[in-house]
Amino acid sequence: MKNIHVSTTLNGDEAEFVCAPAETLLDALRNRLGLTGTKEGCGTGDCGACTIEMNGRLVCSCLVLAAEAQDADIATVEGMATGAALHPLQQAFIDHAALQCGICTPGILVAAKNLLERNPDPTDTELRYWLAGNLCRCTGYDKIIKAVQIAAADMRGA
Amino acid sequence: MVKVKLWGSLRDLADGREMVEVEARNFKELLDALAEKHPALKPQIDRGVSLAVDGLVYRNSWFTEVKPDSEVVLMPYMKGG
Amino acid sequence: MNIPSGSKQEFKVIGTRVARPDGVDKVTGRALYGADFTVPGCQVGLILRSPHPHAIINNIDASAALALPGVKAVVTSADWGVPGDEGLRDIQDNCLARGKVLYDGHAIAAVAAKDMATAKAALKLIRVDYTPLPHVTDVDAAMKPDAPVIQKGRADESVPQGSAPNITHYCEFGHGDLDAGFARADTVIERSFTTAATHQGYIEPHACLASYASDGKADLWCTTQGQFNVRELCAGIMGMQASQLRVTPSEIGGGFGGKTTVFIEPVALALARKCGRPVKIVMSRSEVFRATGPTVSSSMDVRIGMTQDGRITAGEARLRYQGGAFPCGTVDMGAQAAFAAYDLDAVRTQGWNTLTNRPKEAAYRAPGAPMAVYAVESVVDELCQALDLDPLEVRILNAAQAGTRSSYGPTFDQIGLMATLEAAKTHDHYHTPLAENQGRGLSCGFWFNFGGNTSVSLAINSDGTVGVTEGNPDIGGSRASISMMAAEELGIPYDRVRTVITDTNSLGHNDVTDGSRVTFAVGLATIKAARAAIQVMCARAARLWGIDEDAVIWEDGAAKPSGPNAGNFEPMTLAEIAAIASETGGPIAGHHESNAEGAGVSFGVHLADVEVDPETGATTVLRYTVFQDAGKAVHPDYVEGQMQGGAAQGIGWALNEEYIYGADGRLQNAGFLDYRIPVASDLPNIDTVILEIPNPGHPYGVRGVGETPIVPPLAALSNAVSRAVGVRLHELPMSPPKILKAIMAKE
Repeated sequence: MKNIHVSTTLNGDEAEFVCAPAETLLDALRNRLGLTGTKEGCGTGDCGACTIEMNGRLVCSCLVLAAEAQDADIATVEGMATGAALHPLQQAFIDHAALQCGICTPGILVAAKNLLERNPDPTDTELRYWLAGNLCRCTGYDKIIKAVQIAAADMRGA
Repeated sequence: MVKVKLWGSLRDLADGREMVEVEARNFKELLDALAEKHPALKPQIDRGVSLAVDGLVYRNSWFTEVKPDSEVVLMPYMKGG
Repeated sequence: MNIPSGSKQEFKVIGTRVARPDGVDKVTGRALYGADFTVPGCQVGLILRSPHPHAIINNIDASAALALPGVKAVVTSADWGVPGDEGLRDIQDNCLARGKVLYDGHAIAAVAAKDMATAKAALKLIRVDYTPLPHVTDVDAAMKPDAPVIQKGRADESVPQGSAPNITHYCEFGHGDLDAGFARADTVIERSFTTAATHQGYIEPHACLASYASDGKADLWCTTQGQFNVRELCAGIMGMQASQLRVTPSEIGGGFGGKTTVFIEPVALALARKCGRPVKIVMSRSEVFRATGPTVSSSMDVRIGMTQDGRITAGEARLRYQGGAFPCGTVDMGAQAAFAAYDLDAVRTQGWNTLTNRPKEAAYRAPGAPMAVYAVESVVDELCQALDLDPLEVRILNAAQAGTRSSYGPTFDQIGLMATLEAAKTHDHYHTPLAENQGRGLSCGFWFNFGGNTSVSLAINSDGTVGVTEGNPDIGGSRASISMMAAEELGIPYDRVRTVITDTNSLGHNDVTDGSRVTFAVGLATIKAARAAIQVMCARAARLWGIDEDAVIWEDGAAKPSGPNAGNFEPMTLAEIAAIASETGGPIAGHHESNAEGAGVSFGVHLADVEVDPETGATTVLRYTVFQDAGKAVHPDYVEGQMQGGAAQGIGWALNEEYIYGADGRLQNAGFLDYRIPVASDLPNIDTVILEIPNPGHPYGVRGVGETPIVPPLAALSNAVSRAVGVRLHELPMSPPKILKAIMAKE
């Protein structure tokens, strides 16, 4: 089987890569493009560690074929900060201890950012359901929910 | 002499006694003396035992001092998660 | 909420909520975990696993796989020797089966190939000739005399003659006259319980990369709770000298005990040695469930007697645990922890371990304790219901305290159980009214906590900053607490200290990150390393001033003359001394190595409010509060994080999580879709109340906090459900169909 050439936009930059027809976007991001911030926890779309934005929608990159990234706009955790300035969500996660081991953090940050762009003032319940596809085994979610709300308030005030 | 309290399932290996007395000044001497006096305890000692001295648990520090009036309790060697 | 300690020690850094040093790396994707690392020329390693729960391996034919272009090597257990040490042999046999496969998913062979597609194709070409054998996966069935025998001759000397062949270990603890105790009781309740095996459920699968040079020098990068343990086990299995193998830990994406052993690491080394190229193995989630260690499943009987006014007169527990296809001693800890919260005149616990055709048990947060405490706390609660007593008052009436002869033998020193119970009693959570179909449950919990072997090095940099090098992988934020303790002791700001976790060549041996030991033991070693460096700095100042070393003290980050004859010199700060280190005798550093002992035990109390839907049997957790003694909370955020995370895992254990085996002996739910851990919408906020009853064994009073919080939720939830719907379940998990069935049986 011949590899496929893909042209895409990745965190605002044009990017190109080749991939096998059956290769997932997660594998291409990690192995072809060197962006290992996006994590694989299950490979079956159950854990959300590989969450990225594709054309503004949240997807599990383990369930997307790499070839589908052609002409798409892809955003990963590596694109969240602006230069050295962290995104308010990233800063809030550090300031309010919303991570322990940190393996779920990239997926949760991307998912939370996407929510706050749609709904700048979610209730805790809306937030908990929005993040229900992102498993965290360390924190019990308490500090994650609080940190997202603090960042949301910060972003509304900005 | 130091009085050493054994846990239940070790008692059958030490003539049915809950308390055994040995001559020892530290953890290592205590283990050696126990194994000599009650050879049936040796397999468990080799597998690993901890020692509680006056309420503090020592997992395997041989030079831990034991005194004749110390409360000394033998415990299985433990692992955490 | 933070209830301050009675300790007189004043802290500047300890107790603050500083930013963790690995925070930016982890929120930006920079942090490198087990699977994130690669080297040029790296081959993909993949493992062939048994589809049978129990079978003899007659032959493994890898010739077709080896003939496939791009396949570099195949290894089986024949590539290793047979270690004399039983424990090591079991770990090795679990990594690659020898002679027999013992459970569904047991590794048989491994392949290294140029890419994943080739490796997958090669696995399909390996021909294994099996003779299937009868299997058993249930703990009670495995303990029957005529059960299929999983391994012969594995009983240790504790097992009474004539016991069933799969029983490998027996233990008994306790004191006092049980018959007399039960005779004094007004009410005696005896119940039997079962709990399912649950998995640690770390989100990061096991991953490692091995490189093995032709001169025998090897490197291994892996996600682990203990690089030194990995080195020891891998060197033993591979027949290598420890000095030839350097193990470097990656960031670790959760462990909870499950990464305290090896599964793929020796296999990657064997493949790398055989094919002469680096090999990386990353487990799939299904492999993690099928072939890494869940905790034990259990079957238990508990009998407790109580007087009308709530005094427990006697307690007895019989615990039967299965830890998979290899011997395990986890029941020892369950049997010791079961009644630890109570001051009892008469108590006895007995424990049995049996082999089954399931994966080898691995440690899981407070191993062995949650299920035993669940059974005991359920019966205590049922007695409270039967005698119409307040369950919190009954706990207070019977609580173990300093001077109590514990149920496992030793007499307790200062412990925080009574303080946590009193805190729960005065908390508004305990007094908030409940509505229909709602119930409130309460449970105590306990864990021993350990210290252990620790080696830390601390360097004073010439610009006045400090580097701490330690050897324990940081899972929950321990680098922050270690830096804080160094800063506190040296009297400098937190941001001048950087703590890194190093490889096996850079320090003496460190025990694994387990037993809630790191903040306690590594913290202790860091404080002592800092004191060693302070001693050097004081000596340098003394020499400059021309006075006795004894006449110099360290205060607020500076050397100062002290005493009547010390003279009058301006204090010299750490930075000032560091700047002239070269001129005054050379680099300044401190180090400390010891086997830390004196970790104080830890108690917690959990309150849970639930609502049960009588139509579906589904349980919603409405409110949850954790009360726990931390000794001294070094970084309160991360202490709370341990309390919340442990509670969440326990809630999952109570309500949903379970290993489900079919009649064919195969695991039916090897994925996060069917093995459902709590998601954000399943849980409420988890409130925390930290008590601080200082541990006399640590200079700042620190106690381990990580494991205790998984112990109480099982019974707290079960007791809450019982009070919400008026039926008591005696098995976990309390999944909706089971609760519904119990409700319908009542009606």
